[in-house]
Amino acid sequence: GDGWYIKHGVTLYKGAKVTKIDRAACTVTSEHGITASYDKLVIATGSIPIIIPVPGHTLPGVLTYRDLDDVKAMILAAQSRGKAVVIGGGLLGLEAAAGLAERGMDVTVIHLMPTLMERQLDAAAGLLLKQAFEARGIKVLTGANTKAILGSTRAEGVELADGQVLKASLVVMAVGIRPNASIAKDAGLAVNRGILVDAAMATSDPDIYALGECAEFDGQVFGLVAPLYEMANVLAAQLTGNPTARFMPSATATKLKVTGINLFSAGDFAERAGRDDIVLADPVGGVYKRLVLKDDRVIGAVLYGDTSDGAWIFDTIRSARNIAPIRDTVIFGPSFNLPQEVLPQDALSKDAADAPIEAPPEATHDALKAA
Amino acid sequence: MTKPAPVPVRTTCPYCGVGCGVLATPRPDGTADIKGDPAHPANFGRLCSKGSALGETLSFDDRLLYPTVNGTRATWDDALTLVASKFAETIAAHGPDSVAIYGSGQLLTEDYYVANKLMKGFVGTANMDTNSRLCMASSVAGHVRAFGSDTVPGNYQDLETADLVVLVGSNLAWCHPVLFQRLEAARQTRGTKIIVIDPRRTATCELADTHLALAPGSDVALFNGLFAHLADSGRFDHAYVKQHTTGIEKALDAARATPFAKIASITGLTPAELTAFYDSFATTERVVTIYSQGVNQSSAGTDKVNAIINCHLATGRIGREGMGPFSVTGQPNAMGGREVGGLANMLAAHMSLDDANHRRIVADLWQAPNLATKPGLKATEMFAAVGDGRIKAIWIISTNPADSLPQADAVVAALKACPFVVVSDCIAKTDTTALAHVLLPASAWGEKSGTVTNSERRISRQRPFMAAPGEAKPDWWIISEVAKRLGHAQAFDYDGPAAIFAEHARLSSAGNHGSRDFDIGAYAALPAVAYDALEPFQWPQAKGQAPRETRFFARGNFYTPDGKARAVPTPYRAPASATNPAYPLALNSGRVRDQWHTMTRTAKTPRLMSHIYEPFAEIHPADAKSANLTHGQLVTVRSPHGSVVVRADITERQRRGSVFVPMHWTDQQASGARIGAVMEAAIDPVSGQPELKHTPVAIAPFKTSHYGLLVTAQKPTLDTAYWAVTPVKGGWRAELAWTVEPSDWSALAARLLQPEASPSGLIAYRDRASGQHRFAAFDGVDLIGALFIARTPIAVGRSWSAEQLQARFATSAQKQRLLAGRSARATADHGPTVCACFDIGANQIAAATTHGGCTTVDAIGACLKAGTNCGSCRSEIKRILDTAMAPKSLTLTG
Repeated sequence: GDGWYIKHGVTLYKGAKVTKIDRAACTVTSEHGITASYDKLVIATGSIPIIIPVPGHTLPGVLTYRDLDDVKAMILAAQSRGKAVVIGGGLLGLEAAAGLAERGMDVTVIHLMPTLMERQLDAAAGLLLKQAFEARGIKVLTGANTKAILGSTRAEGVELADGQVLKASLVVMAVGIRPNASIAKDAGLAVNRGILVDAAMATSDPDIYALGECAEFDGQVFGLVAPLYEMANVLAAQLTGNPTARFMPSATATKLKVTGINLFSAGDFAERAGRDDIVLADPVGGVYKRLVLKDDRVIGAVLYGDTSDGAWIFDTIRSARNIAPIRDTVIFGPSFNLPQEVLPQDALSKDAADAPIEAPPEATHDALKAA
Repeated sequence: MTKPAPVPVRTTCPYCGVGCGVLATPRPDGTADIKGDPAHPANFGRLCSKGSALGETLSFDDRLLYPTVNGTRATWDDALTLVASKFAETIAAHGPDSVAIYGSGQLLTEDYYVANKLMKGFVGTANMDTNSRLCMASSVAGHVRAFGSDTVPGNYQDLETADLVVLVGSNLAWCHPVLFQRLEAARQTRGTKIIVIDPRRTATCELADTHLALAPGSDVALFNGLFAHLADSGRFDHAYVKQHTTGIEKALDAARATPFAKIASITGLTPAELTAFYDSFATTERVVTIYSQGVNQSSAGTDKVNAIINCHLATGRIGREGMGPFSVTGQPNAMGGREVGGLANMLAAHMSLDDANHRRIVADLWQAPNLATKPGLKATEMFAAVGDGRIKAIWIISTNPADSLPQADAVVAALKACPFVVVSDCIAKTDTTALAHVLLPASAWGEKSGTVTNSERRISRQRPFMAAPGEAKPDWWIISEVAKRLGHAQAFDYDGPAAIFAEHARLSSAGNHGSRDFDIGAYAALPAVAYDALEPFQWPQAKGQAPRETRFFARGNFYTPDGKARAVPTPYRAPASATNPAYPLALNSGRVRDQWHTMTRTAKTPRLMSHIYEPFAEIHPADAKSANLTHGQLVTVRSPHGSVVVRADITERQRRGSVFVPMHWTDQQASGARIGAVMEAAIDPVSGQPELKHTPVAIAPFKTSHYGLLVTAQKPTLDTAYWAVTPVKGGWRAELAWTVEPSDWSALAARLLQPEASPSGLIAYRDRASGQHRFAAFDGVDLIGALFIARTPIAVGRSWSAEQLQARFATSAQKQRLLAGRSARATADHGPTVCACFDIGANQIAAATTHGGCTTVDAIGACLKAGTNCGSCRSEIKRILDTAMAPKSLTLTG
C-alpha cells in the first residue's frame, strides 16, 4: 500500500500525469495543476506499445497487450470462445496467444518474420516452438504481413498481404514497444529513440536522470527487466552520493512463460564470422540446446525443452569465462563442469535469468494465464 | 527334499603350460562354476584371471555345430569320406609328401597321438607339424642337443626352493600367472631374488629385483659372457663337468670369442649391470633359469637354449632341488605333443625318425606298413610348400595359422590357392575356417576327454563335464574315422581315449629299458575305469614304478650314446634381419594378461576383454617423437611382408628401438591387427622355429580425419578404415577411425545405431568447429547405442561408456547427459579394469590409495579384494600405488 511511501518520506501523487518540465525553475507540473520542485529529477515513463497503423486498427476489438486493462479486455473477449488473431510472434504475443487459447479461443498467431521469436531464438528452436504451439491447437502463420483489420463497427477479421482473410472477433497487437520519451523531448532533453542517458543515467541535463524502457544508452533501448534493475541500482547509487557507479549493460536472458513450454535464450546468437556453436538436440524428447561461441567464450544460448541449466549458462555468458577447458561438456551444464571457480550455489543464486522480462506486471500476466 | 549338490569334475585348465587343476561344476544355464583344484600339484587351488573365467566362455553361440563342405551342411559320413578320398587321391597322384596335417598344442595327447600315427605310420609322411613349432621347437632342439632327449630336468618346486630365479624372455606374471604366484609366495618367506631379462619392461619386472633390458636377440651374448665369467670365477663344478659332460672347452672357446666389452655393446647393458648379474648367478648355488618365448622365438633360439644350459651344466646346477634350466611352455599340451612325436622332425614317444632301431620299435607296435623315414616339413616350410604347390591337401586341426604364422598374408594366399583344405575346429568363424573347403566340428574344453602334460612333465586328465553341442566330435574320433576310410580300420579301431593312452604308454616303454627319458610304461595296461580316475603324475614312470616327484640329470645319465651331456658352442649371431633406415625398429610380440592365442575363447567374456580391449603398439617416447606419433593415436606398423594399424601406447616401459604388438588380434576383432602378417618367417636353422620376436619394421601415424567410439547392444557391422570391436556386458564396444570425413554423420550414425530407423530419431550433439559429433539411439528407457566422433582420440571413459548399455534412461535429460561421454561425478567411473577377477578399476584403486589410505598391494586387497584371487594384477596395482596415476591401459581418459 501507500504506507511504504509514507514510511520512507516519499510524497506520492497518484493519477497525476506530468505534462510539463520547467528545467529553469526546476519544477514539474501535472495535468491537474500540481507543481513540485526538484533538485534532481528522475524520468521513468516506460514505453508504449506499437500499434501498426493499418486500416481498421482503431476498431473496437483491437487490443494491445501491455497493462491490466488490456488483460481484462482480453478475458472478457475470450468468454465468447470465438476466434482471435494475435499479431506478433514475439515473447508477448505468444504468451497472449497461449493465454487466450487456454481460455477457449480459437487462436491464430501471425508473424512477419520466417520464424517465431527470431530475436531470441535461432531458426531451429523457432521451428520447435511453432510445432509446440501448433500441438496446442494454435495456428501459426509466419512470414505473414498484416494488410488490414476488417470490420465495420468492430473487428471481424484480419486480411493479410497475400489476400488471405482470417476471421477474428479479437485482434491483439503485440509487435513491440516504443520508449515513452515525449515529455523529455518537450523539455528539450536530448532524445533519439529514447531519452539519451550516460552511464550514470544522467540525461543531457545533469540534474535530470532517466531509466527504464524510456531511456536509451549507447544506442540501445531496453525491454527486459534485468538491465532495468541494474539501471536502478546505478541511479540509486548516484543519488545517494556515489558518483562512481556506472551502468554496464550485460547479456540478457529471456524465458517464455507458457505452461509446458520451456524456453530460455540469452546473449547474442546471430550467425557471424568468427563464431561457432555447439548444438544438442533430442527431437523425440523435444529438446534443443545451442550455445554460440566466440573466442572460447559462450556469447549466446538457446535452450528449448529443458532450461534447467539456464542460470548456469547465463552466468557462463555474463562472466565471459574461457570455456576451452570444458568445451566438451559445457552444454551439459554445471554438474559436468565441477569443480570450477564457480560453485553451483553461486551460479544458481543469480536469479536474473529467472526474472520476468519484457513482460507486463506479474499480476496482469497471471490474470490472463489463470483459468 | 533338497537336491544333492552337484559333484565338481576334476579337470585341467586349457590355457598355458602351467597345467592347473580345475574343479568344474556345470550350472543349468550352460555356464559352470570354476574353482582351482586344491589337490592339483601344479596350482594347489590357485587360478589366474583366464582360468577363473573359463565358466563364462562355454557358450555355444560361436561354435561350429555340424560338418560343412564348401559352406554347405554335410553329414559326418559324407564329410569324412570326402576328406579321406581327397587325401587318398592326392597321395596316389603326388605321393605321401603332398599331404600334411598341421595341429596344435591345444590338442589332447590322445588326439595328437592318433594324428601323428596316421601321418607317420600309415600315410607315410612326416608332414605332421603343429603350432608348437612357433612355441617350443627351440627348447626341444636345445634339449636334444644337450641332453640327447627333449627333457625338462626340473619341476615347479624348484622355483620355490631356489635362491635366485632368472627369467629370460618370460613375462611369467602374465603368461604363467599361477607359477609366478608360487614364485612370489616363496619369495615372501625365502627372499628369493628375481632377475628379469627382457627387452621390454613387462608386468613381471614390477616385482623383480632387477630388470636387464637387453637388446632384442642378444641373449646368447649375455649367457656366453656368463659362461666365461663362471669359468673365470672358479664356479665350474669340475667333477660334474668331467664325469657327465663333453665339449665344455669348445663351448667356452666360443663363449670367450666375444669379449666382455663387446657383450656390453651387443646387449646394450652397462658393464655394471652385467657384472652384477654374473656375480649373482655365480655366487648362488640354487639358481633356476626360466625361459620362454623370448628365448625360443628366435633365429638363434636353439643357441639361446644351449647357452643357458651350458651355464647350468658347467656348474652342475641341474636336476637338483632349486636349480636347473627350466623351459616353460606356452600351450596346455605342448609337452604332450612332444611326447607323442607331433612335430615333423620327431617320430613318436621321444623316439627319433633317423634312428633305425626307433623306427623298427614304432613300426612293430603300430603294425605300420608305411613308416616315414625322413623328417617332414616344419610349420613355415609346410605353408611355403602349400604356397608353391608341393602340398596339395592340408588338414588344419585346432589352430589358426592364418593369423599366428609369420608372413601370415602369404599363408592366407597359400591356403586360398590350395586345392583341398580341411579345418577341424570348435569355433565356426576364424580367419582360418574362412579358408576351408571342409569344416569339421570338434568338441571343446569341458566336452572332450583325454590327458595333457604340463611344463614340469606332469600328465593330468582333462575330463568332460558337459555334452558337446550339435554334432561336434572329439578330434581323436574324427582323425580315426578318416584313417578308417583310408583303409586303416584295424590300427585306428579305438573305443575311446583310454585305449589310445594305453597304447601311447606301451609305445613309450617298448624297447626302452632306460634308454629313453619318456617312459610311462606303468600305464601300459591301464583300464578305462582307472584312466578316468587317473591322478596327475610326473613322468617318467616305467612299468612297476610308483608315481613320484621326478628330476633328471643330477647324476648325469644323459640320453646320448655315451650318457654325457653335450656343451654346445654358441657363437653369438644377430637376429636374421637387422633394422635399417627403412625399417628402423625391431618388432616384438607376445601375450597380454587376459587373452589367449587368437582370442577365440577369451574374447567371449567381457571380463577378460576389459583389461586391454584393443590392439596396440608399445613405442618408446623417443621413437614416437621421431615418427611424429602421439599417445593414443593410431599407428601403422609395417614390414616388407605386411602391416597392421593399432593404437599407439607411448611408454617408457618399451625399450628404445623396439615396438611391441600383441599377438592376439585377428580379422574377427579388428580391421587390420594380424601382427603375424608383419612378422618375418626367418627361422632357427636347427629348430625351424620362426623369429617372432624380431622383425624390422617402420612406424608411421595412420592418418585419420576422425576417431570414433561406438557402444551398441547388438554386434555392429563395421567397415570403417579402422575398427576394433570387443564384447562388453550387455553389448559391444568398438573403436573406430575414418581417413576421410564422411559427408553425413547423422546418416552414418543412424546406419550404425539403428539401421531400421531414420536419423531424426537420434539424440545428437555437434560441435563442428572442434569436429565433435555424438549420437545416441534409445528404445524406450534402454540404450540401443551411442557413437562419439572427434578429430582426436575419443576422450570418453571406456568402462563408463560400456556400463551405459545396462543403465536405464527414463528422461530426455538422462538421455542427453549420456552424450557428455562421462558421468556427472568423476568418481562414478571405475576406470579401466585392473583386476579382472573382481572387476575393480584403476580409478577405484587410485581412490582407495588417495582417500582410503591404502598404501600397499595387500591393503588394496583387504579394501577392494583386487588382486586377491589370481594375483596377476598385483604388479599393476603396485604401479598405480607407486605412481598414483592410471595404469597401463589404452583408455585415454578415465
